Amino acid sequence: MWKTVLRRLLIMIPQLIILSIIVFALAKLMPGDPFTGLINPNTDPKELIRLKQEAGLYDPMWVQYFRWIGNLFHGDLGMSYIQKVPVTSLIASRAVNTFWLSLLTVILTYAIAVPMGITQGRYQDKWQDQAIQIFNYITFAVPGFVVYILGLWLFGYTLNWFPISGSVSANASGFFGILLSRLDHMILPAILAAIISTTVTVQYLRTGIVDNKVEDYVRTARSKGVPEKVVFNKHILRNSLLPIAAFFGNTITGLLSGSVIIETVFSYPGMGKLFIDSISQRDYTTLTALILIYGILTLIGNLLSDIIMSIVDPRIRIQ
Amino acid sequence: MAKDKSLKKNNNDDAKKNTPPSGFRIIWREIMHEPSARFALFIVVAILLFCFVGSLFLNKAQLTEINIMDSYDAWGVDGHIFGADEGGRDIFKLLIMGGRNSIMIGISVTLISLVVGLVIGMFAGYYGGIIDNIVMRIVDFIQIMPQFPILIVLATVIPNYNAYTLVAMISIFGWTGEARYYRSFVLAQREREYVLASKTSGSTDLQIMYREVLPNISSMLIVDIVLGVAGNIGIETGLSFIGYGLPITTPSLGTLIGYANDPTNVTTRPWLWLPATILLLIISLSINYVGRALQKAADSRQREA
Repeated sequence: MWKTVLRRLLIMIPQLIILSIIVFALAKLMPGDPFTGLINPNTDPKELIRLKQEAGLYDPMWVQYFRWIGNLFHGDLGMSYIQKVPVTSLIASRAVNTFWLSLLTVILTYAIAVPMGITQGRYQDKWQDQAIQIFNYITFAVPGFVVYILGLWLFGYTLNWFPISGSVSANASGFFGILLSRLDHMILPAILAAIISTTVTVQYLRTGIVDNKVEDYVRTARSKGVPEKVVFNKHILRNSLLPIAAFFGNTITGLLSGSVIIETVFSYPGMGKLFIDSISQRDYTTLTALILIYGILTLIGNLLSDIIMSIVDPRIRIQ
Repeated sequence: MAKDKSLKKNNNDDAKKNTPPSGFRIIWREIMHEPSARFALFIVVAILLFCFVGSLFLNKAQLTEINIMDSYDAWGVDGHIFGADEGGRDIFKLLIMGGRNSIMIGISVTLISLVVGLVIGMFAGYYGGIIDNIVMRIVDFIQIMPQFPILIVLATVIPNYNAYTLVAMISIFGWTGEARYYRSFVLAQREREYVLASKTSGSTDLQIMYREVLPNISSMLIVDIVLGVAGNIGIETGLSFIGYGLPITTPSLGTLIGYANDPTNVTTRPWLWLPATILLLIISLSINYVGRALQKAADSRQREA
């Protein structure tokens, strides 16, 4: 077990190095540098060149790359060009919002998907199965942002059931007031995102139950006289839930790349919104830091997915 | 010269007679048997005709021309069936052009990803060993990159970003999935008897791959293409929707739906974004339905065999 984890961690090292090089290259391709924001009509061009020289912007690329990596290890991601605050604190304040929205989305995804998958598996080829199959086909086919826009238009603007933007209303007060207001702002995007991301889980669960139903061990349990309810819940269901656990890491990575669109549509102040804002404001230090964080989080999501898979399914453990 | 041609034609006819009904034909029959699949196919064809034939009648220069007199015309005002946008451009015409562009990009990305992924995946799967190892490490790495954020950054970094660069960029991510898919398939076919038989009779590796193995996956190919087109239309429109896909001068369904990002437009000017949203909804649903029906047909054919 630990061998697998260790080996998987070792694979991650070259991946991290290549990722850092790509992010650095993208950052260098972006126009502007830390002094672009400071330029005004009174700036002396010579002074600017001196400042750039001091910051090492004329050094060879590899020197700059290693300096950037060194700063990374000290937790220094630079200053935001626009907001004039350290990028780390800017991102940290937004990451909290994204974390809560993602958590709620994950919980809702499983809360919707697991009962559906169980229903499909239990009533295989009956009308319940077919109805959920249609739901699955729709959630798979329709692009997420179409669902978000229609949902926001219908439930936000037209019916006024949910707030249309932000993460907390300005006049919320007290611990519970703020908590409720936050939940109120998160619930619509979280439900819509959860509905969109149920497809794979439902599908896996259905296939798992249908396959496990005819396995020998189920027949053995039945012939031993185990009650039908116990057979389903303890034997069939438990074994069918395993692949879903393995898919957890992918769910996280999917949520991360989805956060850009969902936070833009709902003007929710998280990392995805910050990403889009820093592109339109040309805040390149923030942007570089965000791509790096997205990359690292995706790597971790994949790592998690592989580790869970090897715990769940001993067959794929590396010897 | 003329004789040559007729000879060739004869050969072709012979070949046709001797081969059993192809995979495509069986699948076609299966699709036509199911009314809902036939309906979905009809809708896909209707949308393709609407966008592609419709765009032939449009004057592209006139389409993007700004006419502030018609700014934000509502449904049916001044001869604009679906109204007009901020610059007075006709939404109905933008819809035709946007639909055409989005579908074209979806098809181009799918075909490029498929050809690159198929060739690389087949080579990796067929030869195995170190080639396979290197290719799969590259595939692994590209697949764990955060695709969406990187595409957005590339759209801002690359100078003269246009439809062609967009297709290329999406394809850089797209081929990896195809390569993985076909590699695993070839890996399974490599040890099959027909491949060994062909090898003993002296076929070269290339001949085996493209004359023996490829026809076996023809039915997988069309399923893959159809579902791929739907998925890639989703990626392009998603990028254009947040403003980092097609440039503003090239209409896209995503750009039109993106009008809904403005609160005033959502509530008071639904004609800007609602028709495009519905068109994209119908496109995604119908193409995916056809894809699923094809998948089912291809599956049952495998069961029969």
